[in-house]
Amino acid sequence: MKDRKTDIKAYLDADEKKDLLRLLTAGSVDDGKSTLIGRLLFDSKKLYEDQLQALERDSRRVGNAGAGQIDYALLLDGLKAEREEGITIDVAYRYFSTNQRKFIIADTPGHEQYTRNMITGGSTANLAIILVDARTGIITQTRRHTFLVSLLGIRHIVLAVNKMDLVGFSEEVFTKIRNEYLALTTRLGIEDVTCIPLSALEGDNVVEKSNRTPWYEGISLLQFLETVPIDRDRNMDDFRFPVQYVLRPNLDFRGFCGKVASGVIRKGDEVMALPSMKRSRVKSIVTYEGELDYAFCPQSITVTLEDEIDISRGEMIVRPDNVPNVGRYFQTMLVWMDEEPMDRGKQFFLKHNTNTTRATVDEILYRVDVNTMEQLPGEDFKLNEIGCVRITTAKTLFFDAYSQNKATGAFILIDPITNNTSAVGMIIRPLVMEDISQADVPTLDLRKLGIGEESYEAIMKAVRELGRQGIEVKVVR
Amino acid sequence: MNCEYSLSHLQELEAESIHIIREVAAEFQNPVMLYSIGKDSSVMVRLAEKAFAPGKVPFPLMHIDSKWKFREMIEFRDRYAREHGWNLIVESNMEAFNAGVGPFTHGSKVHTDLMKTKALLDALNKYKFDAAFGGARRDEEKSRAKERIFSFRDQFNQWDPKNQRPELWDIYNSRVHKGESIRVFPLSNWTELDVWQYIRLENIPIVPLYYAKERPCVEIDGNLIMADDDRLPKELVPRIRNRMVRFRTLGCWPLTGAVESEATTIEEIVEEMMTTTKSERTTRVIDFDQEASMEQKKREGYF
Repeated sequence: MKDRKTDIKAYLDADEKKDLLRLLTAGSVDDGKSTLIGRLLFDSKKLYEDQLQALERDSRRVGNAGAGQIDYALLLDGLKAEREEGITIDVAYRYFSTNQRKFIIADTPGHEQYTRNMITGGSTANLAIILVDARTGIITQTRRHTFLVSLLGIRHIVLAVNKMDLVGFSEEVFTKIRNEYLALTTRLGIEDVTCIPLSALEGDNVVEKSNRTPWYEGISLLQFLETVPIDRDRNMDDFRFPVQYVLRPNLDFRGFCGKVASGVIRKGDEVMALPSMKRSRVKSIVTYEGELDYAFCPQSITVTLEDEIDISRGEMIVRPDNVPNVGRYFQTMLVWMDEEPMDRGKQFFLKHNTNTTRATVDEILYRVDVNTMEQLPGEDFKLNEIGCVRITTAKTLFFDAYSQNKATGAFILIDPITNNTSAVGMIIRPLVMEDISQADVPTLDLRKLGIGEESYEAIMKAVRELGRQGIEVKVVR
Repeated sequence: MNCEYSLSHLQELEAESIHIIREVAAEFQNPVMLYSIGKDSSVMVRLAEKAFAPGKVPFPLMHIDSKWKFREMIEFRDRYAREHGWNLIVESNMEAFNAGVGPFTHGSKVHTDLMKTKALLDALNKYKFDAAFGGARRDEEKSRAKERIFSFRDQFNQWDPKNQRPELWDIYNSRVHKGESIRVFPLSNWTELDVWQYIRLENIPIVPLYYAKERPCVEIDGNLIMADDDRLPKELVPRIRNRMVRFRTLGCWPLTGAVESEATTIEEIVEEMMTTTKSERTTRVIDFDQEASMEQKKREGYF
């Protein structure tokens, strides 16, 4: 392959610069999902000879593919229990890379009872591939998967219309499925949808564009995965820095460690700590390699401030002019992940960023039928059920709507007795304006600040907006 | 990707790993970092150093010494820990060792059960660690592909693949009852190439056994075993030949096959890796003990 040292060095230098795409695949066993992933791995030369030999051996022994054919699905079904049942029961992660990008595939099963796994696998995904069988088209399961993808806020969807070889690579069949699907995604507000006709088994339009679909004007699946832009998907506007760990190696250094949840921060920027609302400036952004001039999500950094402010884990550093909701009440979507149904009387632990608090589910507003997306009345939740609820927390949280900011809009509910992760949530909106202790209310004395009357209206508008978000600012004219 | 606010895949993986390591330090009472002295451990240890710089890492390193490790590994371990200011704990199953347990006399299964799995479980119980970092990667082996980053273990240190906690976003559930624990895998999403690339870019020291050199080897059941000390059975001694070899993984010397190689730099190792046709775990004798053997070992508490 590469013969000279300079080649391998050039390869490594290029490899170093690749970015990472995390993707979710959803579909049932019959849709050929495992075959598709197996082929992506196979055709990108990720399979080693010993894995291939094991695959051929297993294909002969327990394979579901035809005689003499490699059953790529076996490659993916890692656990013994699953191999016996012939289904994937959990999320499995696969890794491959091309000359353009590195990929992490979260492979999840399509069965109804495993909504939990798809939600788990999809939470970090940039993109989802949803498989349908060209012979059956859009089915209930496709709608369910698409709804879950929209719930998770995954920005890019590929509808892989598989088994085109079995419908004679018919343009008509493909177009009908595509139109039906686009109607669905439009309704769900998903903007970036790409439909690709393919045959995972025979390799059409998987890696290379197939000459058996001359009417198809798009690119192959792999070409699409390699080029879809994802760097705009992150929230780079709203700086949120949940403090994860306080570092005090000596009396002169107090560093706040954490992962930038969203946005960008620069040395010298004015910041504010929540909930204290105390202000300071960024003195330095420290890493092992040295100081940075700026940092952005999702970097893990350590920040020091100009002033000695007491900030603990669970608190948040933000910009004074761009704050999240501060409060204890919110409306949220909830996905029940526990075998045990919800006990309404229970107090849960709620983990949100680096903050853990007690929480109760006060009211179930509705449940969602994941197949029809209809709203239903509900008294409790059972495994894999999804709905909209109101939650109250014991501690004040600093949050945004999940649709605006995944990192500060997501949480998990932990059962205090079993310690299981019982449910996961995506916050919709805050419910009540939060009381903020009067002593800490910042005051703007406009005359003292030398602000002219012509600006009063704009300032009051900004103050009202802050109030809506739960931050009170007193104004003296 | 040269946009002002974009990260390369390695920078993203590094940030993810540091976040995981800090989360454990913040949420657990008594964490420990398990150190195998291998290349993945070396990367994990560096990530821990990075997570708390300019401070000191707030948890110890622990090596489970099976007493059959390569001598160069032990020298490397002691020197690294000393030079980087780590609190190093070394634990062994001395009872089994004194009873003469070893791979040549008892076979790989008994040896691994007693000198690795049991020694590890005993050590975890002895110090009452509630979280233990391991350097395992999901791309290493099929049963690992499904493991969580925070992997729950019951009071018997068992892993139940059918009963794993859902793990979403970067929110990790670290709640355990007394006696239960979490194994944490900060390198879950790294591939073998990522690890080598990172070692290359960060100049991370690794055990010299990874580089090719003439070493005394003997072929046992198709594996090239290096005669690292005088415990090689006498009947095998006459078959020792000097071969130009290196190791793709490091473990107990009688259970770790060498590969013939000329690679003496990281670039050459990567080149070899990319053109090779065997995955790295094929040089591990223990994976082939029995069907689904790694999964079995993991259920029992081995990583």
